[in-house]
Amino acid sequence: MSSSTSVGDLVSQPYKYGFVTDIETDKIDKGLSEDVVRLISSKKGEPQFLLDFRLRAYQQWLRMEEPNWAAVGHPVIDYQEMIYYAAPRQQEKKASLDEVDPKLLETFDKLGIPLSEQKRLSNVAVDAVFDSVSIATTYREKLAEHGVIFCSISEAVKDHPELIERYLGTVVPSKDNFFAALNSAVFSDGSFVFIPKGVDCPMELSTYFRINSGDTGQFERTLIVAEEGASVSYLEGCTAPMFDTNQLHAAVVELVALDDASIKYSTVQNWYAGDENGVGGIYNFVTKRGHCRGDRSHISWTQVETGSAITWKYPSCVLQGAHSVGEFYSVALTNNRQQADTGTKMIHVGPHTRSTIVSKGISAGHSSNSYRGLVQIGPKARGARNYSQCDSMLIGDQAAANTYPYIRSQQPEASVEHEASTCRISADQLFYLQSRGIGFEEAVSMMVSGFCRDVFNQLPMEFAAEADKLLALKLEGSVG
Amino acid sequence: MIRPEADTLLEIVDLQARVEDKPILKGVNLTIKAGEIHAVMGRNGSGKSTLSKVLAGHPAYTVTGGSVRYRGADLLDLEPEQRARLGLFLGFQYPVEIPGVSNLEFLRVSTNARRMEKGEEELDTFAFEDLVRERLQVVQMDPAFLERSVNEGFSGGEKKRNEILQMALLDPLVAILDETDSGLDIDALRIVAGGVNHLASPDNATLLITHYQRLLDVITPDYVHVMAGGRILRTGGKELALELEDRGYDWVDQELAVLEVA
Ligand SMILES: Nc1ncnc2c1ncn2[C@@H]1O[C@H](COP(=O)(O)OP(=O)(O)O)[C@@H](O)[C@H]1O
Ligand SMILES: [Mg+2]
Repeated sequence: MSSSTSVGDLVSQPYKYGFVTDIETDKIDKGLSEDVVRLISSKKGEPQFLLDFRLRAYQQWLRMEEPNWAAVGHPVIDYQEMIYYAAPRQQEKKASLDEVDPKLLETFDKLGIPLSEQKRLSNVAVDAVFDSVSIATTYREKLAEHGVIFCSISEAVKDHPELIERYLGTVVPSKDNFFAALNSAVFSDGSFVFIPKGVDCPMELSTYFRINSGDTGQFERTLIVAEEGASVSYLEGCTAPMFDTNQLHAAVVELVALDDASIKYSTVQNWYAGDENGVGGIYNFVTKRGHCRGDRSHISWTQVETGSAITWKYPSCVLQGAHSVGEFYSVALTNNRQQADTGTKMIHVGPHTRSTIVSKGISAGHSSNSYRGLVQIGPKARGARNYSQCDSMLIGDQAAANTYPYIRSQQPEASVEHEASTCRISADQLFYLQSRGIGFEEAVSMMVSGFCRDVFNQLPMEFAAEADKLLALKLEGSVG
Repeated sequence: MIRPEADTLLEIVDLQARVEDKPILKGVNLTIKAGEIHAVMGRNGSGKSTLSKVLAGHPAYTVTGGSVRYRGADLLDLEPEQRARLGLFLGFQYPVEIPGVSNLEFLRVSTNARRMEKGEEELDTFAFEDLVRERLQVVQMDPAFLERSVNEGFSGGEKKRNEILQMALLDPLVAILDETDSGLDIDALRIVAGGVNHLASPDNATLLITHYQRLLDVITPDYVHVMAGGRILRTGGKELALELEDRGYDWVDQELAVLEVA
């Protein structure tokens, strides 16, 4: 094979977002103890209920063990070698963007997320989180006119403590798993969204997470509540600098949908993935869960996972309300030495609940990509239905793809359908496209985006093209 | 149509190629001028598809000797996509299926790649729809095939029609059609052959690879070449095809045996 057309030669482009912003940070000493938990809470001036929540979670965490069932491998993480709080040194969150450190604004500009009034996206409100601290949220006033609350979770703790107390930890209890417990003990910041009864959120909401520090763990917490009949579409994006060490990112996301509410949560994850030999990169160990609490409620997860050295996440839906609907649309792309173990859990509790799972795994290089999913139909879930489709695409002959679909049904009449397929981009397919004048890389990207179309169609329009480009970039080679 | 003054489009000189370590083409010579229709015949395994894929630039084949000039340029120096943009077309013996890639989108991207090379403007989706609907008539193809993935689930005949549709859109200067007739029933054969005749002009040339006289009954070749053992053993006019039909390939095998001993 000539070098320019070998499928195995596809190597990802240099990571575009690998720069570090030189900014003074307020960090605490490394290591984790009860004192550290208290220190984080006091730095943030939190009410007693939240400190109690954290301390309880910390005690639970001490008694738990890191899970080892995922198909990923990594050196032992030393939780005492990590820093649990880092914030750009900036006293208060500024009321006006003019007062935000220009270096931070510049950072977000460089990431393609302009925050300033003149340049910001016209129909997307953005919460910008830098090293676990929210530095700016755009369009707050406009959203407030509709009764929509969109702010950092720290601000919500101050301004709307009753909502936080009512909903925090009700979807992902702190003892849910090792990383959720850790997050509950030390979470720093993240986004809070509240859509009141009957309100259709007038714009897309989006949080952009930026890791900057090399030795700090990232523990964001996101909570989205949609009251009766409310609806919202929310998107999260993320990048990090290139370090040759690994950073732990253990976020928790909780969604609550009451009667007739609808939440669409999309993620485009592009954390630093490590170099081609697997040195450095983010360990992305995330717990995301939505609770369809009300009847006819609807929660939809769409994720495009392209970054991180290791991804371990299973955005899930607990379908409690009658006729509630859960969806999971996922594209996970791994290249080089990346490892991804991702999927979803659809827990059917209420009658006539429905769920759809569409997972597309793309593995290139020496990477490993696993789909792991659970469909559980409880005894009361009369007439429950699930449809799952898991497709894997292999690029080159060194990559691995696995699917682990688990089905547990206590309802003989439930309908559970599972389809799976594996394909490989073949040299003959690429040659066919090339022999019609289509360049090698465009040919690969056509095939990959064709493979992902069912998922990309679910993304908010503004981001679907972005996702397409991102995948192309990730696979684009030093070919030629 | 043979015209001595016509431009030479393709000039293959002593072309040798191997796949892995196995030599397959052992010195092919062939010159094609504008306006001409050539037919290459030969037994299975004689190297016809290999010749076509080497010309199109398939990465599995390594050229070990000889040269190919395409309109004066060194063809072997060009990437496959560049060859296509410059007007070299290969209709595949076995077109692959490409799930997930829309046939319409694929046709549009490739047509535009060729148009840009010719200095014509890019067609947007609407302009392209108009063009493709007109060209569909050349192969009498149902527009429903545009909405499907490239070749996915197409029957053998539908795949071949899709190849000719691509040829009709890409407006090639040299079209190599590798057994476009095999697997076609009489009606499909007539449609495909009609398409090829329709597209032939004094400015372009066609190289038909076939086993059967029946294609040559509907498309009249100016030259017929007999391939064996990775070489062109004999070249003649259209009567050579009739002779093959009459006498079979045994005499070709004998000639080849003599050649290989020498
Ligand atoms: N990709 C390949 N790998 C191995 N052998 C091949 C390959 N392509 C062609 N060959 C061999 O080369 C010879 C010529 O094949 P081909 O060019 O397909 O002949 P034809 O088209 O005349 O039937 C055959 O012996 C065939 O097995
Ligand atoms: Mg052949």
